[in-house]
Order: sequence, then C-alpha cells, then structure tokens
Amino acid sequence: MGRYVIRRLLQMVPVFIGTTLLIFVMVYGLGDPVAAMFGDRTPDPATAAQIRHDLHLNDPLWQQYLIYMQHIFKGDFGKASNGQPVTELLGTAFPVTLRLTIMAFVIEAVVGIALGLFAGLRRGRFFDTGVLAMTLLVVSIPTFVTGFVLQYLLGVKWGVVHPSVGEGAPFKDLFIPGLVLAGVSLAYVARLTRTSVAENSRADYLRTAVAKGLPRRRVITNHMLRNSLIPVVTFLGTDIGNLMAGALVTERIFNIHGVGYQIYQGIVHNNPPTVVGFVTVLVIIFLGANLLVDLLYAVLDPRIRYA
Amino acid sequence: MRGATRVKWAVGVTVVALTAAACGSSGDSGGSGSSTGGSGGGIVRASWGDPQNPLEPANTNEVQGGKVLDMVFRGLKIYNPKTAKAENMIAQSITSTDSQNFDIKLKTGWTFSNGEPVNADSFINAWNFDTQLKNAQLNASFFSYIDGYDKVHPDAQGAKASATTLSGLTKVSDTEFKVRLNQKFALFPDTLGYAAFDPLPQAFFTNRQAWLAKPIGNGPYEISSYTKGSKMELKKWDGYKGPDPAQNGGVELRVYTDNNTAYTDLQAGNIDLVDDIPVTQLRNVKSDLGSRYINEPAGIIQTISFPLYSPRWSSANSAKVRQGLSMAINRQQITDQIFQQTRTPATDWTSPVLGDAGGYKAGLCGQECTFNASKAKQLIAEGGGLPGGRITISYNADTGSHKEWIDAVCNSINNALGNNKACVGAPVGTFADFRNRITSKQMNDPFRAGWQMDYPLIQDFLQPQYYTGASSNDSHYSNANFDKLVNQANAAGSASDSVSTFQKAEKQLVTDMPAIPLWYQNGSAGYSTNLSNVALNPFSVPVYNEIKVK
Repeated sequence: MGRYVIRRLLQMVPVFIGTTLLIFVMVYGLGDPVAAMFGDRTPDPATAAQIRHDLHLNDPLWQQYLIYMQHIFKGDFGKASNGQPVTELLGTAFPVTLRLTIMAFVIEAVVGIALGLFAGLRRGRFFDTGVLAMTLLVVSIPTFVTGFVLQYLLGVKWGVVHPSVGEGAPFKDLFIPGLVLAGVSLAYVARLTRTSVAENSRADYLRTAVAKGLPRRRVITNHMLRNSLIPVVTFLGTDIGNLMAGALVTERIFNIHGVGYQIYQGIVHNNPPTVVGFVTVLVIIFLGANLLVDLLYAVLDPRIRYA
Repeated sequence: MRGATRVKWAVGVTVVALTAAACGSSGDSGGSGSSTGGSGGGIVRASWGDPQNPLEPANTNEVQGGKVLDMVFRGLKIYNPKTAKAENMIAQSITSTDSQNFDIKLKTGWTFSNGEPVNADSFINAWNFDTQLKNAQLNASFFSYIDGYDKVHPDAQGAKASATTLSGLTKVSDTEFKVRLNQKFALFPDTLGYAAFDPLPQAFFTNRQAWLAKPIGNGPYEISSYTKGSKMELKKWDGYKGPDPAQNGGVELRVYTDNNTAYTDLQAGNIDLVDDIPVTQLRNVKSDLGSRYINEPAGIIQTISFPLYSPRWSSANSAKVRQGLSMAINRQQITDQIFQQTRTPATDWTSPVLGDAGGYKAGLCGQECTFNASKAKQLIAEGGGLPGGRITISYNADTGSHKEWIDAVCNSINNALGNNKACVGAPVGTFADFRNRITSKQMNDPFRAGWQMDYPLIQDFLQPQYYTGASSNDSHYSNANFDKLVNQANAAGSASDSVSTFQKAEKQLVTDMPAIPLWYQNGSAGYSTNLSNVALNPFSVPVYNEIKVK
C-alpha cells in the first residue's frame, strides 16, 4: 500500500510539469497582456516596454516558464492585474469554491445514492420510472438554464432566497447554487447506483445472505450497497475536480467569488499569472482526488489489493 | 510597478494546496450574509466590477477604478455632471497670457482625509511620480504636454530617463505653482479635471503598498474597507470641506461577475443601483423599472477605422470608397433593433455630451454619414470598387458582444451593394491580440474602434486619434491641413476660438474619412425605489455623492 502511494505520487511529478507547461504556453499564446492593459488606447512605447521588462515578457517562452516555476516553488505565484498577489487570490477563492463543492457534493452523493438505491430496489415500479424520467430531464437541461430559472423564480418572483450569494458565501445562500451545480452529476449518480444495485440484487452472495436469514437492512447496507458503490465512488471522486473547475457557470450566475470567477477575471484581464496559478492548483486537486479514489477501492472491495 | 516581486511569499505550493483543502472546515465562520434587505441607514448599495489595475490616479484607465477615484479624489477642476463643463474645484484660478505658461492658484483649507493639507507639492510630487518611467503608470502620456516630459519619460524603447522631475513645474508658494508646456495648448486647464491629474498625499510616497491597499484621497468619501475582488465600503467623510459633500451616508460597491446577476439582484431588492444594464434585459428594462431606468449619452463614440498604411486603402481614390461605405450603413436601423436605442446614430466625430459650446456639432459629417444605398453604390464604384472586391471588418470576439452589430453593418453594406459577399466580419480571439495587431500595423482591412473620452473636450476626440503620429492614431491618418488646424486651435487665444478651429479640422475628416463614425454610446443605469436624485455624469459613471437614500 505504502509503496503504491509513493509510486503514484512520483508519477504525479511529470503529469504536473506537463500540464503546467501546456497551460502556460496556451495562456501566453492568448496575446500580449500589455496591449489589453491600455484598452482602446495605443500604449505609449516607453511605458509598455517598462511593463514588459518587469513581467519578463521579452525573454523567450521557455525561460519565462522556468522563471515562473522557480517563483512557484518559492511560493510566489506572481501578481494579478490589480497588483494583488495571486497567492492571496488563491487564499480567498478556494475556500469559497470548496464550500460550494462540498454543498454540491453532499447533495449529489446523498440524494443521488438514495434515489438510485430505492429505484434499483423497486425496479419497474412507479418510483423507478419517476426517477428515470426526472434524471433524464435534469441531464438534458444545461446548467445555466436551471441556474437562471431557479434564480428568477426563487429569488425574484417568490423572494424565498437571495438571488445572489452574499459575502463570505454562507452555506444557506449556497443551497440553490449547490443544487444547480450538483444537478447533472446527481442524475448520473442516481442512474449509476440504480443499475449497479439492480445488477447486484441477483448476485450469488446476496442470495446467500438472504438465505442465511440476515435481516433485510443488513443485506441491503452491508452486502448490496457496499458492493454497488464501487463504480459510484469512481464517479464521485473524479467529480470533485469537475465540480471545482466546472463551477465557472454557476459562480457567474450566482455571483460567487470563487475559483471560476478568478479564472474568468484572469482571462478577461489577460493576466497569465492568475490563470496559470489557479489551474495549477486545480491540477493538484485532480491528481489528489484520483489517488484518493483508487485507495478507496481497496476499502470498499476487499478483493482489490495494492502492492 | 507590476511584477516587481519584492515580497517573497513564504508559502510553498503544497502548503497552498493543503490550506485550500483545509479551509473547507474552518471556513464556516463569517457566514453572516451581508445581503440583507432594506436600505441600511443611508448607504447606497451599488454594483461594481473588479478594477483592472491598481487604484492609483495615473494607473486607472477604465471606468470601474474610475468610479472609486471619482468618490475619493477631487482635482484642480471637476466636470459638471450635467453640462460637462470644466469648473474650478481645488483651483482658485488658472490663468495664462500665451496659452503655454499657466499660473495655478489653489484654494486654501483643502486637506486629505488623513489630515495632510492639499498644497502645490501634493500636485507637483504626484505629477512627477506619475510621469517617471520606472513607475510605468498607464496614464503617463497625459503629462506629455508639460515641459521636460521627454527627459523624465523618454519615448524611445530602452532609453533611460535623464531627469526625475518635470522641469515645467515650478512651485511658487504652498498655494501657487506654475506650469510651462512644451507647446501651446489653450484648452490645457480644461484637461485638469481628469483623474490622472489628481493630487497625492505624502502617505502615498512613504508607503505605497499600504496606500494601495486602502487609498487615501481628498474627496467627499473615504474608504472604510476594501476587500479586493469582492467589495469596497466607502463612508461619507465628515471632514470634507468641498462644495459637493455626499448626500448619503456612504456607498457600498459590490463586485458582480455578471451584470445579469446584478440586474436580478436589483429586481429582488438586494442592491440599489446597477450602472450597466445587460443587453439581454434591454427589452424588459422599461417595464421592470419605469422611470428608474436611465439611458443618456456618454462620451463614447464607436467607429470603423481603416488601416491607411495598407496598400488596399492608401490610394487617393480610396477615400470615396470609405465615404461610400459610410453611406451604406443604416445606422438608425441598427441602433434601434440591435441596441434598443442605447446608441445614437453619429453625425460627427465627437460626442453630444460636449454640448454645442464644447464642440459637438450635429450633422457636421452631412450626407456622408447618412444612409443612402444608391449613392453609396455609386461612390464605391467611382472609387474603383472595394479593394479586391470584398472587405472584412475585424473585431474582438471575447468581450463586448460585437459580433451582432458587425454582422448587421456588413449586412447593411451587402444590401446596398447588392452583393452578399462584399463584407464579412472577421473575429479575433482576444482583445489583447486584436489590439496587438492594430498597434503593430498588421491590419489590411477596417476594424472596429471605440473611443472613450478622457475629458470632455473636442481636442480629446480629434487630436489623439487623427493628428499625425498621435498616440492613438490607429489608422495612421496624416493630413497636413488637419494638423495645421489642430495646431492653430491649440494656440488659439480663447476657448471658443479654439473649439471652432477644431471643428474646421474635423471637416477635413469628412473628405478623407479615415474612420467611419457609427454611433454615440449611451450610459445606462437602473435604481431601486430606495434612491432618488440618481444621474450619470458625461463619463457614464453615477454621480454617487448626489444620490439621496430614503
């Protein structure tokens, strides 16, 4: 187990370098950040040259990348266009997005698995058909539509909730955005659980469990659900990264100042350090979440062993 | 100043990642939502966008940072929100006998909110700092008229500054200083209302980082808290002695990622003032807000500019083609249907906010800017037809939703010429790339251009854009007669002489048509029933200090 983890961690190093290099090259390919700074006005050459010099924009790209990585390992992610250090932005944005992610994740996992379990147990009945129809509906509607509709109906029309998220992103404001963000994944989780439960309900070990007279609750929670959750856990694990990175649309609709917002600002203001910095941290989160999922397999399925 | 990474952050990559992960549990505190209903004790809750640059007077060139500077600073002059006329603020008088040497006397009693007096040094030190090359201030070029600018801020790339102070500035006493310009410029005093010319307190020079975290100014408001990227709270400064103190208790600026959300929040009563109505809501805004919707001209003009350096557009006959293209555009239809009347068809190269006395002249362009399909076709044919038989109009595709109207303009041209391949839009991925191609003279066909005035003067609409070699002359237009008239206008003895000579110069643009005027952009805003006395100034920024809260 320990050796497996170390091997995985070592594998992360080239992945990390590769992704950051790719992102770096892509973002710097967007165009000259100095040109955007002056708006519709032509930059005066001396000021522009001074800014380019300060930002190392005159060096070749590979050298800029080396300088950037050097700074990163010293903990300096550069500065956003308004002069704020990117580390500070990371510090304020990630907690906010993480709260949103937790909200979405809890909704997705709890509701999704519960719906899937009951639908799987009552296959072909009314509840099952209802869940299938509902999830189909949710999957087919894009996030920004559900977002705007819920925001308008609940926030403006009926005035039940705040249409936008207040400062510091309190959990009570995050319920609706969390629901919107979780929507599509929730549908997948429900369907995945349902199929898995339905399949396992005919498995030999389950018949054995029933035959030896275990109470129904134990059969379902210990034998059926635990085995059925393996594919679901894979999905949920990779979804953590997706939720954090993919909150861009939801964050914009509900005015949440998280990761998506900062990346968007970085792109609009043409500020490479912001974009690269945030995506770099997201890469780390993706890698970590994937490792965690792989390790969870072993916990859920005793047949899986890591050497 | 950016990237001068003196501060090294002793936080490793892993630590940041771990902190981010750990904050989920600890971040639960501070969950007291600030978006409570009600008016909150005379505070105006207004929408805001994250300022693009650090909040320094000479480093702010866009409207979001400009809003804050407007509230926390007062300069020598101020532009009357209604008439756009430059009026004395801190200046007691600005006099000159030769339009080149100016004597500026200051009123006494002005102070910064930290108690420092506003005196001649506050201006001289600020202007010197703003100009110095090593500070890389985006608005440094505004000081280029002052004598000695080329020593402090040499324009050639790689050149080193040979002085740190502008030789054209001389202190006479604490309340008086003299400015010597390097050329005659009659309207110079009227430019001094621009934020780049604001004074700076000593606190700025002693600790710039601390000042930037919470700017200190001399205006009717002081900043009580500033959470970058999220919100700024300004409260009325009780010590303000100026003639225009705040009529409300303060302003809370909230950053919105998306103006749609701000609009939704306005409808739900979570915010009082939204100063940018989203395009998608323009159809509903009148029924939603009624008289609480403002739609007024702002000092912004949109044009289609031509790369006159390209062989496609440099021939003598090509001016006729450009005039023809101008006449092929049905401005009225496009402003009505695409912009829902938030743009006004342009008939000159300035803006209605200048007023007649300021140099705006409706219809100056004449028939050359009036839609006439048959005349357009004829003129283009006389000019030898479109170069290569077709043209493209470039625009940036990332922000500003330009595609819609560019397509409409092309459509209008195609209809007039009876050829649906004559004109197509040419999107460029990002604004930075778009501007880069323009400034490096890589364009072969017309491109969209927008000009937001820095100060409400006809000079600011004409000279920077069309004078030979001027800073924003993206067309690289050069006409001896135009230049001569501009020089005359700058040297004129009185403001009204100056304005009328500028208008003569503007007439030359009709003949040469280096850029087709399209429309004047309006500023728009909506506000809640909590507020009254809301207005936009000529820069389409709400006049915050006059807003009354119920």
